[in-house]
Amino acid sequence: MSETVIDATGLRIWYGTPRGPVRAVDGVSFSVGRGEILGLVGESGCGKSTLGRGLLGLLPEGARMDGRLDFQGEDLLAMSAKERFTRRGRDLAMIFQEPLTRLNPLMRISEHFTETLRTHHPKMSPAEIETRSLDVLRLIGIPPSRWKAYPHEFSGGMRQRLMIALALVLRPAFVVADEPTTALDVLVEAQIIKLLHDLRENFDTSLLLITHNLGIIAEACDRVAVMYAGKIVEIGDARTVFADPRHPYTRELLRSTITLATDGLHSIPGAPPDLVSPPSGCHFHPRCPDAMTVCPLRQPAMLSRDGRPVGVGTNDVACWAANPAGLSESERAPLAREELSVADEA
Amino acid sequence: MPTKPDTGDPVLQVDDLKIHFALRGSGLARLLGRDTGTVKAVDGVNLDLERGEVLGLVGESGSGKTTLGRAMLGLVPATGSIRHHPGDGSPTTDIAGLRGAALRHRRTRLQMVFQDPHAALNPSMDIETAVGHPLVIHKRASGADLRARVVAALERVGLAPAEQFLGKYPSDLSGGQKQRAVIARAIILDPEVLIADEPVSMLDMSVRAKILQLMLDLKDQLGLTYVYITHDLATAKFFCDRVAIMYLGRVVEIGPTEEIFANPRHPYTQALLRAIPDMDPNTPFARDLPRGEIPDAARPPRGCSFHPRCPLATATCGWEPRDLKALVEEHWTRVPVAQYEREHALVGGLADLDHSEGRAVVTPRGGTVADVEAMFDRIRTENSAEPLWRGVASTTATAEGLVFEFVPSDEVLLRASGPSEVACVLYPPEGAAAHT
Repeated sequence: MSETVIDATGLRIWYGTPRGPVRAVDGVSFSVGRGEILGLVGESGCGKSTLGRGLLGLLPEGARMDGRLDFQGEDLLAMSAKERFTRRGRDLAMIFQEPLTRLNPLMRISEHFTETLRTHHPKMSPAEIETRSLDVLRLIGIPPSRWKAYPHEFSGGMRQRLMIALALVLRPAFVVADEPTTALDVLVEAQIIKLLHDLRENFDTSLLLITHNLGIIAEACDRVAVMYAGKIVEIGDARTVFADPRHPYTRELLRSTITLATDGLHSIPGAPPDLVSPPSGCHFHPRCPDAMTVCPLRQPAMLSRDGRPVGVGTNDVACWAANPAGLSESERAPLAREELSVADEA
Repeated sequence: MPTKPDTGDPVLQVDDLKIHFALRGSGLARLLGRDTGTVKAVDGVNLDLERGEVLGLVGESGSGKTTLGRAMLGLVPATGSIRHHPGDGSPTTDIAGLRGAALRHRRTRLQMVFQDPHAALNPSMDIETAVGHPLVIHKRASGADLRARVVAALERVGLAPAEQFLGKYPSDLSGGQKQRAVIARAIILDPEVLIADEPVSMLDMSVRAKILQLMLDLKDQLGLTYVYITHDLATAKFFCDRVAIMYLGRVVEIGPTEEIFANPRHPYTQALLRAIPDMDPNTPFARDLPRGEIPDAARPPRGCSFHPRCPLATATCGWEPRDLKALVEEHWTRVPVAQYEREHALVGGLADLDHSEGRAVVTPRGGTVADVEAMFDRIRTENSAEPLWRGVASTTATAEGLVFEFVPSDEVLLRASGPSEVACVLYPPEGAAAHT
């Protein structure tokens, strides 16, 4: 994992609303190596989809983005819109959540692939288009005899395979998959996850896999980034983070997930904050069982698990309780809080 | 975790329930009165819902679980019977035969919690009106009494202080709060059965546990009986006393929750359990997943509906021509392009196989029957463990083409097996030997 494909530093994305700016992504730094799968997990409204779209420059009207976003050494945010446009699809691709709404019902599969390849390679011959597309389709498990079929002739899982094939046919170096299995059934979901996991063997593609399902992260990802209220609160090797979560949010999220091993219900009190006016200091402090006096006052820095400054590929966490060194006795005192009323609960 | 009461007191008895929807078909077909086919959403289900239990209906989309749940409330026309034995001593009635006012009256005892709380609440109705609406519709309360009962229901579901919520609109509430309001509306008529269709699947992980806990508390406080419809085995394991696994309109396995999860019998149940993403990153994921997807309910497979995907399928599971087509297509995703092109030129797209039954004829288009035979020999040697070959009784080369005869299928009925019941040829009636 020596070569870095995506390197984001202090990335911020915000939307203008009548109530003030919504800070959907608020100073996020991470990197994705070649052939690596980074999982991005968080509850709805934590900014994970916004971040995924922001990486591709697919933000809606009224959104703004700053910070630094290096793709293979070049800062994408410093580029002109036209330069970014040419990269999209060819170098950076996206797999969307609902395959049926993303495929044109009036176009054959062959036409979808022709359109995609022609846009980026205007001189490609029809024969080459067909060979290249069929190669990808085969790897993704769609028989070549379906080349002239229409989207409605495919099942839900097959359509999602088509979306993945359409993204990969241009051989992008980096792919964002936003909840690629949410609309699918358990068995088909497992098939698609397996497919994504095997992709790097065939395509050498880096993947950012956005999901709210911790099980998928554990199965498919090398590294995981946990997002809360617009910030990455913990990032690191998936095995390490799941086995020994350092951020209280990661820990509580893992505990509240219902699995086959669950024998008691556990939940995080309260609800995720409004990103127009997030809580001061660490955004998680009002819900955090480990909150200290310092938590609402100062934002914790992202530090590696052993308290050193962060480096690429390490396990990093932004939490005072995880790195209390340097805090005074009074700052470490447990935070006195009012009881949450049930009404504030989700 | 809920405990199952002593049995023998069913609140709902479902017998041979069938729900078939006619397909619309083309205008011409309708004009000529042709049969355009039916979708068998629910195809012969028998269930008893015991008073005080939580029964899980688990299945993938298209398995008929939601349709079955709705039928229990008389929301879809069904054949068969759904006998309701009210706990207050009023007479037993068959919900499947009720219409109009009698059905509406019956629904005061049976209520539904919908999947999507954002869609289940009218956005232009404040919470007080929405939650109190059932009382108004059934003329149970008005004025100060109505408000008092709405306040009581809201406080019961944890929306307290209720005064804070009465004037709010659904858009002011979070997803979890909306689902609480939906549950308040469902319990306000003091029903005995709640049918909860994926009540937590639209909610965030950290909220799901809270809503499930609320439902468990309400069950104890109000003596409710639940039908919990879900695709999520993990919550079903935690929440249910009994679980019914559904596949393509039928119950394929039903039994006590512990038994279903500790000793899954049906290969489909076993596959579902293996496919759940595990939270432990050290366990590699299941590589031996069933292929394909849930088939089209308008044309269900012959014999056992699960046989095309089943890794344990036997000769008598109902193999048929379209399975052969699927196998050839799968083969084509693995071979080099040149070979695919040769083979495709030889046999074509095999579209005929979609519509033939019992016997498949593969006609050579650009070659001889011997070429076709050689091609299928290659496919067979590629994976001789493929269960489909067990179901091929004979392969003969004729002037017509290569003819495959399939083994007739066994009937699959739900049969007792230990504490569970399972519909699979691997579990024959007690006393008979299993097919191998």
